[in-house]
Amino acid sequence: MKKIRLGSGAGYSGDRIEPAVELAEKGDIQYLCFECLAERTIAIAQQAKMKDPAQGYDALLAARMEAVLPICHKKGIKIITNMGAANPQAGAAKIKQIAEKLNIKGLKIAAVSGDDVLAAIRDQELTIEETGAKLSTIKDKLVSANAYLGAAPIIEALQAGADIVITGRVADPALFIAPLVYEFGWSLDDWNLMGQATVIGHLLECAGQVTGGYFSDPGFKDVPGVGHLGFPIAEVGADGSLVITKVESAGGMVTLATCKEQLLYEIHNPKTYFTPDVVADFTGVKMEQIGKDQVRVSGGTGAAKTGLLKVSLGYVDSYIGEGQISYAGPGAVNRGRLALDIVKERLEFMGVKLQESRYDFMGVDSLHGEKLSAGHDPYEVRVRVTGRTETMAEAVRIGNEVETLYTNGPAGGGGAWKSAREVVAMVSVIVPDSVVNYSVQYEVI
Amino acid sequence: MKLRELAHSRTGDKGNISNISVIAYDPANYALLEQQVTAARVKAFFDGVVLGDVVRYELPNIGALNFVMYQALGGGVTRTLALDIHGKSFSSALMELEISENL
Repeated sequence: MKKIRLGSGAGYSGDRIEPAVELAEKGDIQYLCFECLAERTIAIAQQAKMKDPAQGYDALLAARMEAVLPICHKKGIKIITNMGAANPQAGAAKIKQIAEKLNIKGLKIAAVSGDDVLAAIRDQELTIEETGAKLSTIKDKLVSANAYLGAAPIIEALQAGADIVITGRVADPALFIAPLVYEFGWSLDDWNLMGQATVIGHLLECAGQVTGGYFSDPGFKDVPGVGHLGFPIAEVGADGSLVITKVESAGGMVTLATCKEQLLYEIHNPKTYFTPDVVADFTGVKMEQIGKDQVRVSGGTGAAKTGLLKVSLGYVDSYIGEGQISYAGPGAVNRGRLALDIVKERLEFMGVKLQESRYDFMGVDSLHGEKLSAGHDPYEVRVRVTGRTETMAEAVRIGNEVETLYTNGPAGGGGAWKSAREVVAMVSVIVPDSVVNYSVQYEVI
Repeated sequence: MKLRELAHSRTGDKGNISNISVIAYDPANYALLEQQVTAARVKAFFDGVVLGDVVRYELPNIGALNFVMYQALGGGVTRTLALDIHGKSFSSALMELEISENL
C-alpha cells in the first residue's frame, strides 16, 4: 500500500534548522513542511512590508532554504511552508534567487495569496471575538487582517506541479493536510478523513514538541539525546492510518506520552476543533506504541466545516516599558522590595500614566503570584517592573527608573536591564469564507 | 501524593485562554484523576492567576483531561505584562495538586 512520509521542519519561526536538514537527508520523506507563523508574526511582517515592499516574509526563510533546498531538490522532496507571512510572492522570489545562486534548475515555486483581507473587512461592522467590542473601535490602529485559509490553495499548487509552496496565513494543519489530499486523492468533504488528517497536522505542526521537546522533567520524564532533538515524521496510508516516528539516529523520543501531550496542545473543546477545512473531533483518538519511537494514532473524526473563517487582526495597542535589576546575599528580598517601592514612588512622581503595571520578584513569585509561591527566602532575587503606557516616551521612563536604582536605590543592585517597545496586539473576527478570494502565482526556474 | 506522581501535563495558549492537559501515565489511574482533578479544584488552585472560568473536557480513550482556563494570560501573549507571556509554566504548577490515593 502506498505510504507518504511527511517531515515537520520547524515548530515556530525561530526554530532550529539542522533537524530539518537531518529529516531531508535521513528521513525518507516526500514532503518537508515548515510551520513558522505565530499569531503576531504576520502583523510584524506586515509592518516590515509597509516599509519595504520586497520584505514581509519570514526572517529565516533564506537560511532555511539555503540549508534544505539542495538536498530536497536532489531527492525530489517537496517543501510546503507558511514562511511567506505577509508577502508570499516576495518570499517565492527570494527562494527563486536562492535556487539560482545554488545553481538549481527545474523548480516550480508556488506563492499562495489572498489571506490578507484588511481592505475587505476594514469598514465592516464586525464583532471582536475576544472582547465583544466592535471592529470600528480599533479600525484606525489596524496593522493587518489575515484570514486562516484551508488546504485548498496548497492542493491546487501541488496539482499544478509545484515543488515548493509558500503561503501566508493558513491553518497550521493545512500545511500537512494538503499533500495527503493531493497524494491520496481524498475528498475534501470526507469529514472523518479530514478529521484524521487534522490530527496528523496537529501532531506535526510544532515539530520537536512531539519528539520529546517541551517535555523533559528529570526523574519523571527523561528524554534521551534532547540536546540533538530530532523532528517528527508522519507515515500515512491511503486510509488515513498514521504512525508518528523520527529519524532513528536523532535524539528525542516518540512515545504515547509525547504524542498525547501534543494532541491536546492549544486545544479547547477536543470534540469541536474548528479549522477552515473541518470541525475535527479528537475524542475518539486512540494511540498505540508499535515499536521504539513509533506510535500509531487512529480515530480522528470530523464534522462538516462551518464555512466561516477566523481572521486574525493585528493592531497597535500600546507601549510596554520594562526594567530589571538583581540583589543578592543577606537581605536580598528586603532590598528588592525596597527597590520596587522606590520605582513605584518615582513613576508616580514623574507622572508616568500606567494603564496597567506589574512589580515582580523573579525567582520568588513572578510566574504564579504570591499565593502559589510559598515564602522561601532565596539567595538572590531579580525585581522586574513593567507597565503599559500610551506613549513610547513614558514606556522608556519605566526602565530608566529601574536603572537609576544603581546609584539611587538599595545597596548592591546589579545587572540592570531595560526595554521599551511598541505593542502590536492580536484579536480576531469571524467572516464567511466568501470574503476570501485566494490565488496562486508561480515562479519557474 | 502529588499529581506529578500520576500524571504529566502540557500548557498551550490561544489569546487570553490557557489550556492544560493532565494525562495519566498509567491509564488505570484515569478514574482517580477524573474524580479528583475537577474544574472547581483547578479553578481554586489558580485563584488570583486565572480570573475567568475553568472548563474540563474528558478524553478517556487516551486517559487525559483537558482544562480550558479563561482570562488566564493577562490579555494573551501579544499584550500581557507577564514574564511568562504564554503561561507555559502553568502545567508545572498544577503538578503540585494533592491527590488522595483511594477512589
